[in-house]
This record gives sequence, C-alpha cells and structure tokens, in this order.
Amino acid sequence: MKHRLQFAGKKLIRMLLLLLGVSLAAFLLMNASPLDPLETNIGQAALGSMSQEQIAGLQEYWGMDTPPVERYLGWLSDFVRGDMGTSLLYRQPVAQIIGQRLASSLWLMAFAWLFSGILGLILGVTAGATRGRWPDKLIRGYCLLISSTPAFWLAILLLMVFSVWLGILPIGLSVPIGMDAAGVTLADRLRHAVLPALTLSITGVANIALHTREKMADIMESDYLLFARARGESGRSILLRHGLRNVALPAITLQFASISEIIGGSVLVEQVFSYPGLGQAAVTAGLGSDLPLLLGITVVTAAMVFGGNLAADLLYGAVDPRIRRRAAKR
Amino acid sequence: MEPILSVRNLSISFTQYTSKTRRHRLHVIDDLSLSIEAGQVVAVVGASGSGKSLLAHGILGILPYNAFLEGSIRYGGEALDQARAARLRGKEIVLVPQGVTYLDPLMKVGPQIRKGRRGKPLLDRCRAVLARYGLGPEVEDAYPFALSGGMARRVLISTAVIESPRLIIADEPTPGLDAQAAGRIMGHFRELADGGAGVLLITHDLELALTVADRVAVLYAGQTVEEAPACAFAAGRLLHPYTKALYQALPQNGFIPIPGTQPYPGEIAQGCLFAPRCDRCRAQCKEASIPYRAVSSGYVRCLTAEEEETA
Repeated sequence: MKHRLQFAGKKLIRMLLLLLGVSLAAFLLMNASPLDPLETNIGQAALGSMSQEQIAGLQEYWGMDTPPVERYLGWLSDFVRGDMGTSLLYRQPVAQIIGQRLASSLWLMAFAWLFSGILGLILGVTAGATRGRWPDKLIRGYCLLISSTPAFWLAILLLMVFSVWLGILPIGLSVPIGMDAAGVTLADRLRHAVLPALTLSITGVANIALHTREKMADIMESDYLLFARARGESGRSILLRHGLRNVALPAITLQFASISEIIGGSVLVEQVFSYPGLGQAAVTAGLGSDLPLLLGITVVTAAMVFGGNLAADLLYGAVDPRIRRRAAKR
Repeated sequence: MEPILSVRNLSISFTQYTSKTRRHRLHVIDDLSLSIEAGQVVAVVGASGSGKSLLAHGILGILPYNAFLEGSIRYGGEALDQARAARLRGKEIVLVPQGVTYLDPLMKVGPQIRKGRRGKPLLDRCRAVLARYGLGPEVEDAYPFALSGGMARRVLISTAVIESPRLIIADEPTPGLDAQAAGRIMGHFRELADGGAGVLLITHDLELALTVADRVAVLYAGQTVEEAPACAFAAGRLLHPYTKALYQALPQNGFIPIPGTQPYPGEIAQGCLFAPRCDRCRAQCKEASIPYRAVSSGYVRCLTAEEEETA
C-alpha cells in the first residue's frame, strides 16, 4: 500500500511539472509568433478606420501591452485557483468551451482509438504469426502505404469518395446544416462523425499493426513457442495461449501511447472536416492568438496523454507477474 | 529387439539464397545414424555446431519451414513422418529443453505442465510428478521467473513425465548447473530409462553423459563418427580418432587438446571430414566419403579403425 501511494505521489508530481512545462512552452511559442492579434482578428482595413483610443482598447483586450512574464504568471495563478479564464475569441469561459468541444471530439477519438487498437492488434498478430507469407506481405504493404500517407490527404480523399461522388455521408460539421439543435438526433451525430473517425482510425491502425507485428514475430521465434510446438500444442492453441498472452504487454503500451497520436491527428482531421471539436478549437485559438483558450486546450490534452501513459503503467503491473511481484516485494 | 527409435542416414539441410535467384542447399546434418532401445539412455555427444539440436527438432517434426530432411526415422518399428510426429509429439515422444526460456514467461508453472488441460485426475498427477522431483505444490502457482536454474530443469522434466512418454529427447538439459545438480538431473533421466522409456540425451558434456548413458554416439560436423558402448571409453576400446581425442581432452584423462576446428556446415570437403586433424590419415581417406559401418561393439566411420583395434 505504501508503495502504491509513493508511486501515485511520484507520478502526480511528475504530471504537475509536465503540465507546467507544456503550458510554458505553448506560451513562449505563442509569444514568439509573428502574428499580430489585431491584424489577424480584426483585419487591416477595419483597423485603418479605427481611432487611436479604439485601437488602444483592443490592444489592452488582447493583452499586447502587458509584459509576457506578467501575462503568464497571471494566467498561471488563475489556473491554479481553478479559473481557466475567458476565451478572447469566443467570449465564453475556456472551461465551458473545452467542455463542449471535448464532448464532440471525445466520441470521435474514442471510436478511432478503440477501432485502430483492436484492428491494429488483429492485423499485427496475423502478420507476425504468418511472417514472410502472403497475409504478412499484404498487411505490411497496407501499413507502409498508410503510414506514408498524410492524414489530411486521406481525409480529403475520403471526402471526395463518400461525400462528393457517392454522396452517402455529410461533407462536414458535426450536425446537419440549418437544423434546430433540439431536432438533432444521435443518428445525425454519428453520421457526421463517421468520416473523421474513419480517417483517424485508418492512419492509427498502421502504426499499431506494424509494432505489434514486430513483437509477434519475436514471440514466434522464441524458445517457449518452439517448446509449445514440441509438446504437440496446435497452432491455434499456441497463438491463443502463448502468442496473445505475450503480445498483450507491448500492445497495451502501444494502445495507450497512441492516445497522443489520436489527439494530434484529430487536430488536422477536424480541420479538414470542419468538425467543431477540440482539435479545431486549438487551431482557431493558435491562429487567432487566443492565449487563454490555447493554453487551456494544451494543458487538457497534455493531461489526457499523460493519463493514457499512466494507465499503461498501471495496467502493466496488473498484467505482468514479474512487475507485480517486484512491486509487492518493496 | 526392435529399437524404439532408429535413425538411418539422416540429413538435414537448409535452403539458402546466395543471391535473388540462386538457391543453395546448406547441409547441417549429413549422414547421421543411431538407434535407441527401450530402457536405454543413448547420449549424442558433439561440439556446438555439430547439429545436435537439429536432430531433436527433426525427430519431433518441428524443423523450420526452410529445412529439408532426408533419410529414415523409424519409431516403434514404423516410419515417423511429419504427420505421425505431429500426432505423437508431446504425448509419446517428449522433449526436455535446455532451460527456463522454454517456459512461457507469463504463464504459471502448473497450467504449463498440464498444457492448460483441467480435471482432478490430471491435477493430482501434476502434484505427484512435481513431488517426485522434490517440488512442492506451491511451484504450480509460481511464474517461471521465480524458479531457480535447477528447479526450472525439474519443472521441464515434469512437463515430460506428466505425459506417458516412450521416448524422451533431452536437449542439453544441464548447462548452468553445478556438478551436483547436473548429476541429479542425469539421475532422473536414468530413472526414466529404467522405467522403460528410451532416452536420447543430447549434450556436449561427454563426462556427464558417460555417468548415465548406455551407449554414446559421437557427432562431428553433422555426421555420426562412432557409436560405442559407454564402457568402451574407460576401457580404451574407442575406434575413431575424434572420439579418442574428445575423451582424452577431458581434464582427468590427460587434458590433451588437438589442433584445428570442426569444419563449418557448407564447407566443401571430400573424403573424411576429420582428415585435416587426424594423425592416422591416409591417402585413401581423402578420396571418397567414408561409410558408417558396423563393428563388433557398435558403428564407426573410419577406414583405419581395424588397425587401431589390432594394434
């Protein structure tokens, strides 16, 4: 028990330091950005027709005359007290925006995460178990092709095929255009999420499948698999009893490590599909110099990635008896 | 009496691609013969790279897919082909491998010994087998990483004994053990043979093999060069110069090394493979491959063996 607490404490401190570092890095990048918030958000022409007082007021609103250190510390002290600030672009509390966006993104990401994880595992195990033969060659070829395809390009391709040519899926957004929010059904939402989720999954599968294949191939070469064959176990039994058991550990790590890739991918994919999710909000905040929103999204997504890795660590201990025993001894 | 296992002129080769289109056969075992009778321990002794483990895999029918096997393997009087080997391995023909890496690291010992099968009789049998090798029931719940070297070997023997084996193939079952523990493991194999099974003991440790084996077959570069009763070693009735050199290289028998090394698989050689290192080598030894022929006490692959016998 004491060990568990120590472990949790260490991880917590590490997470706080990580979030601090990430938010600082995001702030510095934003600060170094050559974009002038007034020009990007209001426009050259509109600025020209404004009075000096109006411009000064806007500069104050965008925090341009506050020294950077003061700005960051101001954001940090509010954040520590639980106030994520108000978005400059949306004029809504950052926490509220993130909440809404996350709700629509989460379905997308969760689907892509599960689908790419399960399919990647199946493909990887199949390829590893048949290495050198045609299923392996087929799967590997597919994975290499997909890995070298940019996600946004794939998104555009899917849009062209399913939305433009076949016309069976909507071209963008998360709900039908012009429909009353009350009239939107779950089916509508799902239909709109299919393409973005599919794009994310297809690109995610390749990575997981290739890594799983390597692990599976190692296992197939292992002494214990040879011995299982020597003991007359059938191919099926060998694959299910020894193969899957041993590939589970690396698969868990891969699965949880892929959270970061899913989040990263969602930024591009949501942009292509105009899907109002967290990724799109991040792009808007970044380009529009919306500091509180960008920092808020950065911290939240970093925490999600950290949470994923932490979950992998904890599950490791539950699955691997060697780690479990070591932990119990302390 | 019909031997339980008889291997005649076995050769195992691998297909290699030297370039995109040129295929090449690499012979690793080349003309290997031996036989085992029920109740016997037959040791196959050879330096590393002489093809010992492949012999075990060949009998069990678990060679890699690019391996090619020729010659005859007969088990219990019938040809042991791939299909029959697949039916019998793990049941009548069992393997005792080298060490703990042959156990699934993520599976408890008990289910591994039982191959995942359930049932009260089998559970009891598993307990009894473990107890026979001085292992308590708590070992069933241990994972392989928690086993010591000696315990792991005894667990591996248990995996064989829980079946009803008629032929036990032990592939280097003792490396990493101290002399006493290794001796105990050897004793277990002797017991199994005394119980009626045939034991094929594959090892590089001639000294240890001689403590339990009835007969010893010596491998050199993938060929059996001599098969002799274990008593022939101490009595000095060995016929092949390599066997003799092997025996004399043991510390207690003079500690005399001979120059040179065993040729690698695929090295082109005509005639006797041992010729470059042999002090009895004649001109005719280098002309054609040497036949493996029966002599009074066993088999030998040497043209000058008779002179040695009469000398």
